[in-house]
Amino acid sequence: MTQLAIEEEHGHIVPYPTLIKVWATLAVLTFILTFISKVFHELLAVWAMLFITPLKACLVFYFFMHLKFEGPLLKTMVFVALSTLVIFIGMLFFDVSFR
Amino acid sequence: MSSAIPQPHTLPSAAHHDYAGSKIAMWLFLFSEICLFGGLFLLYSAYRAKYPHEFHDAGNELNFVIGVINTLVLLTSSLSMAASITALQKGSRRLAMLLVGVTVVLGAVFLVNKYFEWMAKFHHGLYPNGPELLKRPPGEILFFGLYFTMTGLHGLHVIAGMVVLSFMLALMARNRIRQDDYGKLENAGLYWHLVDVIWIFLLNLFYLAA
Repeated sequence: MTQLAIEEEHGHIVPYPTLIKVWATLAVLTFILTFISKVFHELLAVWAMLFITPLKACLVFYFFMHLKFEGPLLKTMVFVALSTLVIFIGMLFFDVSFR
Repeated sequence: MSSAIPQPHTLPSAAHHDYAGSKIAMWLFLFSEICLFGGLFLLYSAYRAKYPHEFHDAGNELNFVIGVINTLVLLTSSLSMAASITALQKGSRRLAMLLVGVTVVLGAVFLVNKYFEWMAKFHHGLYPNGPELLKRPPGEILFFGLYFTMTGLHGLHVIAGMVVLSFMLALMARNRIRQDDYGKLENAGLYWHLVDVIWIFLLNLFYLAA
C-alpha cells in the first residue's frame, strides 16, 4: 500500500521531527509551570496554570491524537464536549462565589 | 448453488473496515472518560473553594518533584505511542512494536513511582480512614481523599492502557495490525494519550496548586 493511499484512508502521517518538537514543547511548558508555581506569587501561578495547562492539553489533542488532521465533524464533537465541561466548571465557580 | 456463497474462511483478508466510524466511537468513549474525571475535577474545585487553606497545606506535603518526573514519563510515553503509529504508517513494523513496548514500560515506570509515593504516605498514616489523617482538619481529610481517589482511578486507567497496548503488541506480532490495517492501534493510542492529558491536569490540582 502506498503512503498516499494510507493517508487517504487513515489520515495524515505525522513526521518524527514534529512529534519530537511537540514533546520538547510539552516538557518545557511543564518546567515553566512548575517554576512559576513554586517561585512566583500565587496569583501569577493560578493564571499560568489556567493558560499553560489547556495549551499542553491542546498540543496532545492536536498532534499526538491527530486532531489537527481530522475532519470538521470530529473537531466539532471534541470542541462541544470540552466546552460543555468548561461551562459546567464556570457555573460551579459562579455558584460557589455567591454562596 | 451453495458453492457460490463465499464462506467466511475464504473471504479476502482485507475485509471492510469503517475506520472513521471506529474512530468516532473511540472518541465518544473518551468523552465518557472526560465526564468521569470532569465530575471529580468539579468536586475538587468545590471543596478547594470551601477549604482553600487546608488544601494549600495538604498539597505542600506532596512531593512535587515526583509529580513532575511522572509527568515527563507519561509525556515521553505519549511520544513513543504517537511515533509507533508513524512507524507503522511508514511500514517499519519492528520499530512500531519496539515503540509500543517502550510505551508499556514507561507506563510501568509511572506506576512504580506512584507506588513509592503512596507507600511513603501510608507509612505516615496518611490513607483513607488512617489514624494520622483522621486527626487532621476536615479540609485536609478531603484533600487526601480526593488525592487517593483521583490518582488511584488514574492509575487504574494506566493499568488498563498497558493491558490494551500489550494486546496490540500481540496482534502486531501476529501481523493482525499492519501498515494497511492499524485502526486498533490508533484507537488504543487515543486512549493512552487521554490518560496522559488527565495526568497533565492532576499535576496541577495536587502538586502545583499548593
